[in-house]
Amino acid sequence: MKSRITLGICAVSAILLGLNACKPTNDKGKDSSFLAGDAAQKVYVAPGTHDEFYNIVSGGFNGQLSVVGLPSGRVLKIIPVFSQFAESGWGYSEETKPMLNTSHGFIPWDDSHHVALSTTNSEHDGRWAFINGNNTPRIARVSLSTFRTEEIIEIPNSGGNHSSPFITANTEYAVAGTRFSVPPDANADVPISSFKQNFKGYISFVSIDKTTGKMGIKFQLKTPGVSFDLARAGKGKSAGWFFFSTYNTEQANSLLEVNASQKDKDFILAVNWKKAEEYLAQGKGKKEKANYAHNVYDERTHSATSTIMNEVMTLDPKECPDMLYFMPCPKSPHGCDVDPTGQYIVGSGKLAAVIPVFSFAKMEKAITEKNFDGNFDGIPVLKYDAVLHGEVKKPGLGPLHTEFDGQGNAITSFFVSSELVKWNIEKLEVIDRVPTFYSVGHLSIPGGPTAKPWGKYVVAYNKITKDRYLPTGPELAQSAQLYDISGEKMKLLLDFPTVGEPHYAESIPASLIEKNSKKIFKLEENFHPYATKGEKEAKVVRKGNEVHVYMTSIRSHFTPDNIEGIKLGDVVYFHVTNLEQDWDVPHGFAVRGAQNSEILIMPGETSTLKWTPTKVGVTPIYCTDFCSALHQEMQGYVRVSPAGSNIPLSWHTGKNPEADAAKKTEGVSKK
Amino acid sequence: MKPLKRSSQIWLSIGSLSLISTYFLPIWRIDLWAPQYPEGLSMKIWLSKLSGDIEIINGLNHYIGMAHIKEEMFPEFKILNYCIAFIMAAGLLTALLRSKKGLVAFLSLLIISGGIALYDFWKWGYEYGHNLSDDAAIKVPGMAYQPPLLGYKELLNFGAYSIPDSGGWVVVGLGIITIGVLIYEFKYNK
Repeated sequence: MKSRITLGICAVSAILLGLNACKPTNDKGKDSSFLAGDAAQKVYVAPGTHDEFYNIVSGGFNGQLSVVGLPSGRVLKIIPVFSQFAESGWGYSEETKPMLNTSHGFIPWDDSHHVALSTTNSEHDGRWAFINGNNTPRIARVSLSTFRTEEIIEIPNSGGNHSSPFITANTEYAVAGTRFSVPPDANADVPISSFKQNFKGYISFVSIDKTTGKMGIKFQLKTPGVSFDLARAGKGKSAGWFFFSTYNTEQANSLLEVNASQKDKDFILAVNWKKAEEYLAQGKGKKEKANYAHNVYDERTHSATSTIMNEVMTLDPKECPDMLYFMPCPKSPHGCDVDPTGQYIVGSGKLAAVIPVFSFAKMEKAITEKNFDGNFDGIPVLKYDAVLHGEVKKPGLGPLHTEFDGQGNAITSFFVSSELVKWNIEKLEVIDRVPTFYSVGHLSIPGGPTAKPWGKYVVAYNKITKDRYLPTGPELAQSAQLYDISGEKMKLLLDFPTVGEPHYAESIPASLIEKNSKKIFKLEENFHPYATKGEKEAKVVRKGNEVHVYMTSIRSHFTPDNIEGIKLGDVVYFHVTNLEQDWDVPHGFAVRGAQNSEILIMPGETSTLKWTPTKVGVTPIYCTDFCSALHQEMQGYVRVSPAGSNIPLSWHTGKNPEADAAKKTEGVSKK
Repeated sequence: MKPLKRSSQIWLSIGSLSLISTYFLPIWRIDLWAPQYPEGLSMKIWLSKLSGDIEIINGLNHYIGMAHIKEEMFPEFKILNYCIAFIMAAGLLTALLRSKKGLVAFLSLLIISGGIALYDFWKWGYEYGHNLSDDAAIKVPGMAYQPPLLGYKELLNFGAYSIPDSGGWVVVGLGIITIGVLIYEFKYNK
C-alpha cells in the first residue's frame, strides 16, 4: 500500500516536472538560426586597422551626435551639438556659448533625433551632417572635416522639430516640419480649443549654401493644422518633391492617444518645392514677424556669434495652387521613405496591418487627371487607389521605418513585433524576417536613404534593452544590432550598446570622410581676437574688474603660469592658445573652483574659460589632457587677493623673482 | 693625350646642368619614428633653408635638452648656393676644355667638396647631439643624441634615418657620371 502511494507521488511528480520542461520559452535571443556562423570574423576589425563605415548616430535625449565605426560598433567620438559638454567645454567656453542661444535665451540641451548626411544627386558627398533639435526647434550643421558643430538655426512657428532635417537631392534644403501645430508666434495667445481656426502646421525650408553650407530659412509653408512626423525628399524624377507623413489629421488638441487614432487613414503630404520656389519668385511670399536665433561658428576666429532674426518669409497654400497634395495613408503613418530610384514612396502606418507603397508616376497622373477625393482644408486629397503601387500584406506589427538595399529590396522595422522584414519593392513580397532585441525604432543601411545604397549591413536601433548586456541598475544603455544583408537571408552579426538614445543614424564609407579629417588648426590662420601666437606675446591685461589672461600652452607648460594681482570681485578670462602644431596634442585647462567646466584646446586653437574667483588665496591651474611625459608638471598658480588690495598685476613663467632676489641678497651678505 | 670625346662632353654638360635642380629640391633628409609617431617626422635640408616638422622635433627635443634647430645654426646656407654654382661652372668648363687633366681635377673637386660637406654635416650633428642643456628634464647618463651621418640609428624611443633627398641624389648622380666618363676616357680613348 505504502509503496503504491509512493509510486503515485513519483508518477505525479514526474508528470509535473515533464510539463515544466515543456514550458514554452520566449528566448529567441539564444536561438542561433539567424546568427551568422562567421559573425565574429565579419565584425572583427584587427588592432590598428580601421572600420569600413562611419556611422553618424543621433544621441536622442543627450542632444549630441555619436560617431561609431561599423562593423565593429566601436564609439569613436561624441560630437557635442545642442547640449553643453563639460568634457570639452562646448557650451561653457566663451567662444561656444553663443551656439546654444535661442529666442528663449540660452538653452543648453535638446533632444536630437534624425541625422541627414549631405548629398549630391541624392548620393553621399561626405561634407556635412545635419541634425534636428526636437524640443526647442533647431537644425544644426556639423562639419565632417572637423567633426564640430558649425551652425545652428532655430525654427520659428514650430512646436517641435521632429519632421527634420531631411534634405533634398543636392542639399539645396533641409526641411523642418512641426510635430505640434501651433498658432503663429506673432499671434499665439489664443484658446487651445481654437485649434482648427488658429493652429497651423508650419513646414520650413532651410536653404543650404552650396560651398559654405550656411543655412537660412528660405520660406515656411502654412499648411493645415496637423502633426508632421517624418519626411523624405524625392530623387531622380521626383527630386522636385518632398513627402511628409502626418498624424492627428483629426485635429485633436487633447488625449491624442485616442483622439488622433480615429481615422482609418491619415495623409502623406506631397510638396512640390520647385513650385514653391516659383511662387516665391513671383512675389507670392509674405514676410511675417518671428524671432529666431541663427548661430554660426567661425573656424578662423574659433568663435561663434549668435544673431536674432526677426522676420520669416511664408507661403500660404491657399494662394499657391498645385503646390501641395495629400495622399491618404493608412493609420498614423510614421516613416515616409523614398526608394533609390525616386519612383516609390513607402508609408509606414504604425497602427496599420499593411505597408502601402505609393507610385510617383501614378501620383503625377492622378494630379493631371484631377483624380481627387475632395479636399482637406483646401488642399486636394488624391484618391488612395489612384496613387497606390500596392500594399505589402501581413508584413508584421507596427511598421515604423524603411530603408533600401540597392538591390530592389526594402527593409522595414517593426516596433510591436520587434523584427526587421525584408521585402521586394516591385513584387511587394516578403523575403525574410529577423528578430530584433527589442522593439526596433529606426533602422539604418549604409546609404539606405540615398540613390546609391552601399548595402552590406543594416543596423537596428532598439527602444528596449532589458537583458542584452550586464545590468546597470534601472537605467540601461540602448541596444543596437548589426545584421549582414549581403545574402538573401539577413544574418545577425553583432549586438552593441549605444550612447544616449539613437533615433536615426546614417552610415557612409570611411573613404569619403577620412581623407578630409582635419589634424590641426594652423596657428597662422588663427584670427581669434585674444590669440597669443607665441610665448613672448603672453600677457595679462586689466580692464576695470575684467582681467584678460593671454595664455599659451605647449608641452609642458603654460605661459604665464604664475599670476598675481587678481582681486576678489574680478572676472578673469583665460584665453588659452595651444601653440602645438602637431597631430593629437590637445591641451586642457582647468581652474580649481571654476563653476563652468574645463576646456580642451586643440592645436592652433584659442579657447576662453571665464572664472569668477570666490575665495582669497592661491588657486591652482593645470592641464587636464595628458599631453606629454611632463603633463603632470603642467600646472601653475593664480593668487587672488581681497577686494581693494594693492598687489600689482604681475605674471611670469620660469622665473622666480623673489627667490632670485633672495639669492642675490644672500650673495651680497656673504661678501 | 686625346681630347675628351663628344659623348663625354655631353654627359658632363648634362650632369653639371642638372645641378640647377638642386636649387629647387631638398638635398638631405632625416626621418624619425617613435611609438607615438607612427606617421613619422621628417626634416629636410635645402641649399639655403630647412623644412619639415622642425617645430615638432624641437618641441620633443627640448625634453632632453637639445638646442632648437634654427636656420641661423647653419652659416652654410649663405654659401651653399655659390658652391653649387662654382661646381656647375667647373663641370661645364671641363666639358668645354676637353682636357683629361681637367677631368681628373673636376672629379677631385667633387670628391673633396663632398668630403667637406659630409664632415661639416657630421660636425653639426655631433654638436647638436652632444651639446645638451643642464636644465634638461630628462637626462640619461652617457647618452648623446647625434643623428646618424648616413643610415639608421636608434636614439632613445626614436629611430632616426638619414639619407640624401632628391637634390642630394642629383649631386651623387653627377659624381657617378664623372667617374663613368673618367673610366671611359682612360680605357677606351687612350
